[in-house]
Amino acid sequence: MLLALIALSALFAPLITPQNPYDLAALELWNSEIPPIWNADGQWPYLLGTDTQGRDILSAILYGSRISLIIGFASVLLALSVGLTLGLIAGYVGGWVDNVIMRIGDVLLSMPFILIAILITAMATASLPSGLKDVLAAPILIFAIAVPSWVQYARTVRASAMVEAKKEYVQAARLIRVKAWRIMLHHILPNCLTPIMVAATLNFGLAILSEATLSFLGVGMPPDQPSLGTLIRIGNQYLFSGLWWIVVFPSIQLCLIVLSVNMIGDWLRDALNPKLR
Amino acid sequence: MIAFLIKRAANAAFVMLAVALLAFLIFRFFGDPVEMMVNEQATQSDRAELRERLGLNDSFVTQYTRFVGNAVQGDFGMSYRNQQDVMVLIKERFPATFELVLVATILSLIIGIPLGVITAVHRESKLANLLQLGSIVGVSLPSFVVGIMLILAFSVSLGWLPAFGRGDTVQIGWWSTGLLTPSGRRALVLPAISLSTFQITLVMRLVRAEMLETLRADYIKFARARGIPTDRVQWRHALRNCLMPVITLTGMQIGNLIAFALVTETVFQWPGMGLLFIQAVTFVDIPVMAAYLMLVSFIFVALNTLVDITYAWVDPRLRDDAARAGGANG
Repeated sequence: MLLALIALSALFAPLITPQNPYDLAALELWNSEIPPIWNADGQWPYLLGTDTQGRDILSAILYGSRISLIIGFASVLLALSVGLTLGLIAGYVGGWVDNVIMRIGDVLLSMPFILIAILITAMATASLPSGLKDVLAAPILIFAIAVPSWVQYARTVRASAMVEAKKEYVQAARLIRVKAWRIMLHHILPNCLTPIMVAATLNFGLAILSEATLSFLGVGMPPDQPSLGTLIRIGNQYLFSGLWWIVVFPSIQLCLIVLSVNMIGDWLRDALNPKLR
Repeated sequence: MIAFLIKRAANAAFVMLAVALLAFLIFRFFGDPVEMMVNEQATQSDRAELRERLGLNDSFVTQYTRFVGNAVQGDFGMSYRNQQDVMVLIKERFPATFELVLVATILSLIIGIPLGVITAVHRESKLANLLQLGSIVGVSLPSFVVGIMLILAFSVSLGWLPAFGRGDTVQIGWWSTGLLTPSGRRALVLPAISLSTFQITLVMRLVRAEMLETLRADYIKFARARGIPTDRVQWRHALRNCLMPVITLTGMQIGNLIAFALVTETVFQWPGMGLLFIQAVTFVDIPVMAAYLMLVSFIFVALNTLVDITYAWVDPRLRDDAARAGGANG
């Protein structure tokens, strides 16, 4: 429910926010550092106050959520498609192909998730010219988060693909020369969708968290197209000057998003687990 | 058992070699080391000479072998940024990170285990439900947000605890410790709490799941039937049987905690390895990045291997065939 509300408000951000936070012309410096509306100095229409450049916090949050949600979703999608493909191939074909794929996975799992993501973004930004860096920030992040997370899907699918591939109906399908990809896609994949769906939901939360962490560390989204993490990073600089609203509201929004995603994931896991029913 | 040991060790060595290859590739292909090291006035022949001296003209395999050889001896070259030996830099920073991770781990155990037992034992009570909800919240809270909120509450508003730095430290040999001075201990409180939040919920959930399983076992019913007080059965007999997975989890998570400490260290400006790494990333100081990557992965892999070996030692069923064990697990 809450997530739907957040997603909708993020989706329609341009329609409901009082200003466009990317449009520098809309920023008025004399509107800067206004506290939230319930404070004595609060001003309409800045419900949650403004930052040091006169940017409306609420608008920035809604736009930021949009970026965070998109990056999270896209990276899960990418990891999912790569993981499913490689897992199916590894489990169905077996042999050295399986070995190579799973070994790569082992190596990726032997390094902490966040470290891989940081390294990829750092390498990518270091090797790109500065003009392209900001434009490509989002795709780089999506890629960086997807790289360490496909392994989990691949392992799950591989395990069930290995089991299914030995079963009689697959053998029969092979006998009548159904193409390999067709067997994988139509016969093996549907059998392992349940655990994958749960994992994907929980990873969606993780991906949003990772994106926020990377942006917070300064290797993610640039300040002129801020995600929630970037907003928190910016607000963090004013922590000691009493401008608490700049950092607190994006943080709350981020927690709410991740919390609701995780709750859905938990609920899905319980609902789909036949043992608990 | 020996065959198993060798197999696990070989596996770990393979993974480390692959990580080394990755670190080496980064080292070799992102930015030209010669350009990073020479000054503006260097002539073409100076550069060529340096290139030769660094061995950059050798074949790929030779260079990689040399890189691994040096890394094993703890030699990662010079930092591009401040021309210091990378290993010296890391050695300086390591104690700060280690103490932070250690305290966070201890915190997670002494808070997480009792909470887990309580939620398992009083399963239907309001308190347990509240704690269970709290654990989902705990997993969802990004550690840097926790850190910022702690700073806002305890440093900015209340002014009780310092928000950044490590306080005074005492030098013992090459190890610098903040645990022996009052200001050092005070400085450690907030970072340790923010680093352990996630870990606490993890331990709590694991203990709860294990306890629920154990409490159903026959020997627990039997112990109760013998008239041993319920509390004693729950906290001694049942809990003791849940501790093995908790130790495993803690062992495996230490590597993750070290990596995640870099976020906490950034929030609190804690002078540990993580902060060093983040600064290295900003300045594209590749030797430092490569060394950090290798070190953290090494700790990670070493702990995982150790946990596997301990398991095999405790439970002989896992020894005979890794493939079969893998298949059985899933």
